Amino acid sequence: MSFMSYLISGISLGSVYAIIALGYTMVYGIAKMLNFAHGDIIMVGGYVVFIVTSTMGMSPVVGILAAVVVCTILGVTVERVAYRPLRDASPLAVLITAIGVSYLLQNLALLLFGADTKSFTSVITMEPLKLAGGQLLISGETIVTILSGIIVMIGLTLFINKTKTGQAMLAVSEDRGAATLMGINVNKTISVTFAIGSALAAVAAVLYCSAYPALTSQTGAMPGIKAFVAAVFGGIGSIPGAMIGGILLGVIENLSKAYISSQLSDAIVFSVLIIVLLVRPTGIMGRKISEKV
Amino acid sequence: MAMLEVRNLEVFYGVIQAIKGISFDVNQGEIIALIGANGAGKTTILHTITGLIPSKAGTISYEGKDITKTPGYKLVSMGIAHVPEGRRVFAQLTVLQNLKLGAFTRNDKAELESTLEMVYERFPRLKERRNQVAGTLSGGEQQMLAMGRALMSHPRLIVMDEPSMGLSPIYVNEIFDIIQKINKDGVTVLLVEQNAKKALAIADQAYVLETGKIVLRGDAKELMNNDQVKKAYLSE
Repeated sequence: MSFMSYLISGISLGSVYAIIALGYTMVYGIAKMLNFAHGDIIMVGGYVVFIVTSTMGMSPVVGILAAVVVCTILGVTVERVAYRPLRDASPLAVLITAIGVSYLLQNLALLLFGADTKSFTSVITMEPLKLAGGQLLISGETIVTILSGIIVMIGLTLFINKTKTGQAMLAVSEDRGAATLMGINVNKTISVTFAIGSALAAVAAVLYCSAYPALTSQTGAMPGIKAFVAAVFGGIGSIPGAMIGGILLGVIENLSKAYISSQLSDAIVFSVLIIVLLVRPTGIMGRKISEKV
Repeated sequence: MAMLEVRNLEVFYGVIQAIKGISFDVNQGEIIALIGANGAGKTTILHTITGLIPSKAGTISYEGKDITKTPGYKLVSMGIAHVPEGRRVFAQLTVLQNLKLGAFTRNDKAELESTLEMVYERFPRLKERRNQVAGTLSGGEQQMLAMGRALMSHPRLIVMDEPSMGLSPIYVNEIFDIIQKINKDGVTVLLVEQNAKKALAIADQAYVLETGKIVLRGDAKELMNNDQVKKAYLSE
């Protein structure tokens, strides 16, 4: 029974990674850049929820909505100010800029909110679920997280496949020039991608901070890196890949914490990435790089 | 006034001048051919017209409006479609998804369906393969898809870059037939081709380009009998 409980909490943790990884993978697929500041958007989302709910004493729903709005605006602004001027620059210049933005956000948070750890009160008030005659206890956070993951995945898949904006994203991700010739505004499409990715980061912030309630300016760094690993693991640029990669990563991390060593769990997670990349360089769902000319 | 007027156009790639002051007209209802060897600047001209690369000097006007600085994506709703060199279909999307992207600027659903039927009628093979991923089509089929995709936007001017490149002779003939049919339906065609013989055979007016300059211009049928053209481009 304990295995089931580790597995379920692993899926829950993995759902958070998956939601963050979706932001990474969409931005990579469409804007062709690694946005290393993505993790820090999560940290900002965490602080917004903390301020609105704990400091201002408003309801968690207001806190979550405020986080989504602030993160979306922040993500779009960062793209507009820092990344768009580098649209035709070398990928390395964009990557370094993203790392710079990441440090900027972390240090701004340090300046504004101080270095002390804020203890985040979970905004999820659902009662734990008792299964198998009380032997298997699933917390409200776990249930809400898994459900959120499922909703985000279904919603995003529908958005990409059923809306014009979604189809424009697919077109831009494949060939920016050809997309322009279809009448698609590439800059606007990339902005929308950043908006969606950042809104998802806000959702992830709420879920992550509810599970790990210690909030500092570094909070976003680890889940950010893990989600990046998940995105690469699943095949960067692939939306189903980010989902599968995220959940697998969460499960591997949790099971190695439970059965091997909690200190080694991160090392195991990153080793798995190295092994996957050796065997399948494009990740689990990665596209084969073969195009008919 | 011509439908498209290009005046003293100059385009640079870094310090290299690719287009050295070119002027030409595209009259409504005609097929205009730009011919010339590799590197003459044919594709550069088309990319500059449709806003993919900026010009350094000169003006481009379309239906009386200055479009020199208009961003590329806005030109589609103004009635200009571009069939790019190498087709550039969205290889991972289906034929139908590609066609629908061609109608990206149009919002009327019923009209989209009727345009789709029209394109399927012109290219029956696209209808047969509508759910197939575009990357798995043959070169000729991809060319048809690229043309069908451009027609989905209801263009008044269609710009085609090397539509016969890399195709088998049967497909080449079919593609040139289709270009003529598109033109008969009232769409003006600006055609860039290395296959000068075929291009001149269907064009009304033609321009011959050499290293970024227009060296000859005139009636396409007359250019076909020009000794210089015969020697350099028709390999006679």
